[in-house]
Amino acid sequence: MAITKPQAKGDAQDHPSGDNRYKMVDRTLQRFHYQQDALIEVLHTAQEAFGFLDDDLLVYVARQLRLPPSWVYGVATFYHFFSLKPNGEHTCVVCMGTACYVKGAADIVSGIQKTFGIGPGETTPDDKLSLATARCLGSCGLAPVVVVDDDVVGGQTAASTVERLKRLLAGPNGAEQKDGRPDEVELQEAETV
Amino acid sequence: MNLIELQTMAEAETEKQQVFRCRLLCCASTPCLSSGATEVINTFKQAIKVGKLDAEVQVVSTGCMGPCSRGPLVKVQVKGEEEVVYEKVTPAFAREILESHVVGGKPVGKQVLSLDMPFFSKQTRVVLSNSGEVDPERLEDYVARGGYGALAHTLTEMTPEEVCQEITKSGLRGRGGAGFPTGLKWEMVRKEPVGRKFVVANGDEGDPGAYMDRTLMESDPHRVLEGMAIAGYAVGAEQGYIYVRGEYPVAARRLQRAIRTAERRGFLGTRVLDSGFNFRIDIRMGAGAFVCGEETALMASIMGRRGQPVPRPPYPAQKGLWASPTLLNNVETFGNIAPIISQGSDWYAGIGTEKSKGTKLFALAGNVENTGLVEVPMGITLREIVFDIGGGIPNGLAFKAAQTGGPSGGCIPSEHLDTPVDYDSLRALGSIMGSGGLIVMDEKSCMVDVAKFFMEFCMDESCGKCVPCRVGTVQMHRILEKVTQGSATDLDLKNLEDLCRLVAETSLCGLGQTAPNPVLSTLRYFRDEYEAHIKDRVCPAGVCHITETPLRALV
Repeated sequence: MAITKPQAKGDAQDHPSGDNRYKMVDRTLQRFHYQQDALIEVLHTAQEAFGFLDDDLLVYVARQLRLPPSWVYGVATFYHFFSLKPNGEHTCVVCMGTACYVKGAADIVSGIQKTFGIGPGETTPDDKLSLATARCLGSCGLAPVVVVDDDVVGGQTAASTVERLKRLLAGPNGAEQKDGRPDEVELQEAETV
Repeated sequence: MNLIELQTMAEAETEKQQVFRCRLLCCASTPCLSSGATEVINTFKQAIKVGKLDAEVQVVSTGCMGPCSRGPLVKVQVKGEEEVVYEKVTPAFAREILESHVVGGKPVGKQVLSLDMPFFSKQTRVVLSNSGEVDPERLEDYVARGGYGALAHTLTEMTPEEVCQEITKSGLRGRGGAGFPTGLKWEMVRKEPVGRKFVVANGDEGDPGAYMDRTLMESDPHRVLEGMAIAGYAVGAEQGYIYVRGEYPVAARRLQRAIRTAERRGFLGTRVLDSGFNFRIDIRMGAGAFVCGEETALMASIMGRRGQPVPRPPYPAQKGLWASPTLLNNVETFGNIAPIISQGSDWYAGIGTEKSKGTKLFALAGNVENTGLVEVPMGITLREIVFDIGGGIPNGLAFKAAQTGGPSGGCIPSEHLDTPVDYDSLRALGSIMGSGGLIVMDEKSCMVDVAKFFMEFCMDESCGKCVPCRVGTVQMHRILEKVTQGSATDLDLKNLEDLCRLVAETSLCGLGQTAPNPVLSTLRYFRDEYEAHIKDRVCPAGVCHITETPLRALV
């Protein structure tokens, strides 16, 4: 991991990037009194603020918590929730829980793969669409479940999902702009009403 | 807040609810929300405002009512009449309910769920007794139904020792899957020398197809908090943590709100209910790692580290969080505590079988008519769950297997459908009770494919710390892939069985030790399917694409 901006200390206003999103991270750091045990909580906030965790951000967190960068990197890569690279404009999450799998979720994934040429965890070359799979969204009664951007839709087939995605990508200006948020945040918003 | 104030609060709330002529309970748990419950609730609220019915009709957003596939669900309670549950309610239908049932007094004759149907009548609701009846975001609703009475009782009438004894006498066993006697665990932590101790609720429900804990946390958060506070008093802990799975933001938000209200009203925090007992609860969000359901890994994760397990002993009861004695129970286990205290251990021990007491939540899903969350007494047969409560298999297909315990469990074939559901019977069948996922599969499911699915899951989720699990799951998955593609030989099958035994016996934690279970149980009951793939090169269920040919064996 390259250490590019080592002069991260003091409060958010002083941050060399001048990036206000660091303020959110700092607030969480303060709430937990810079305890090293709060690393996962801090990474949650960081990901929420930035959409993904880039190297600079990880180094910043490591310095603030006085942890070795390798420790922070180790934790960030251990958990599926944390994403180290940005996502496409739209995201499609296919639930691969047992109930969804039994009802044909694998067909949906291969359908998307065939049409758009991206596998789970990949983004189309034009950064328009990211495909992800989820362990279980806990909506097993509606299986198979797909989350397209913020909408949780149940009872899907490969054809209906591909159709929905095509419409989404072709839509006027492709709906609202997204700043490359990770899937998990999408999910979080989908379930938050 | 003391005992008398608690009673006054309960009475005041009950009185307030009595004022309304009609209450509309709308399910607002995740499955119903995804099917459009928010619009239904808003429609009701708006129509009531327009019709100036505010004084006589109350709209309540409740927790889960059970039959999730039929959501959004609305329960209409008119004073002096029997309650009616409507299924698949749309905003338009909501207006119809309001006009004809609430105002006109004539129930709408369609989309009614009969409360006599086996789905409801065969259930025994202990943990879920409030779910679908109270607004999870209102403390008063919970108190009106007797909430926090058990905590008040323990703090004023019982010693910590007595609480542990009561739990031991009830016969409650851990609901996380392994079934360790809860009272014994509490006793172990209580007996540790006085000092810093912790209580942890495990809400990291990683099994795909299981959502009992989420529903409980979403539908009745105070029940979990009360159970934890009682546990804190019993073992001498002043700090509790709830570890919530990262995928459950609604549950985390509702718990957070519940903690704040409970602290403000004196049910948690310093001097709980005017006693000398202090208890704080904090939430820790998981970040998507199945292995964190394992207790030592979960504690590592609470401490902000990689969620990798460590060998036991020392057990968490001796050395857990920050090397202090830690009581770790499943969320559902904590949900059982308040009823045991308030209704007595004898009452609780009267439910269930000799060795497995009480009730168990199951998330019924897969190829079954009624999917959803059910709570059944231990000892009920699988047949009753699948065919009576679940309503059988749709589309006239035949039942093939029921999968319990997720990636650590196994598949139970139709000839064992009459087995009573309890810890020991399921273990004898090569499966486990698990946390409560119950997936029903019909004849169109290929069992080799299902085993491969679970192995892929374990392979992905293996934390990588110990070799048997890290390497063994990859190898087993590779062999299963060969079987489903048609390139496996008899030798592969033998290797697979050897590997299963090796991984089960030598892995560090529960994930690896139980990872071979789905393979072993399908090999035990559906060996013919494996052989059909290998010898006849066909998939009997028509799921797998047999495209490859076996490599010639080197002799």
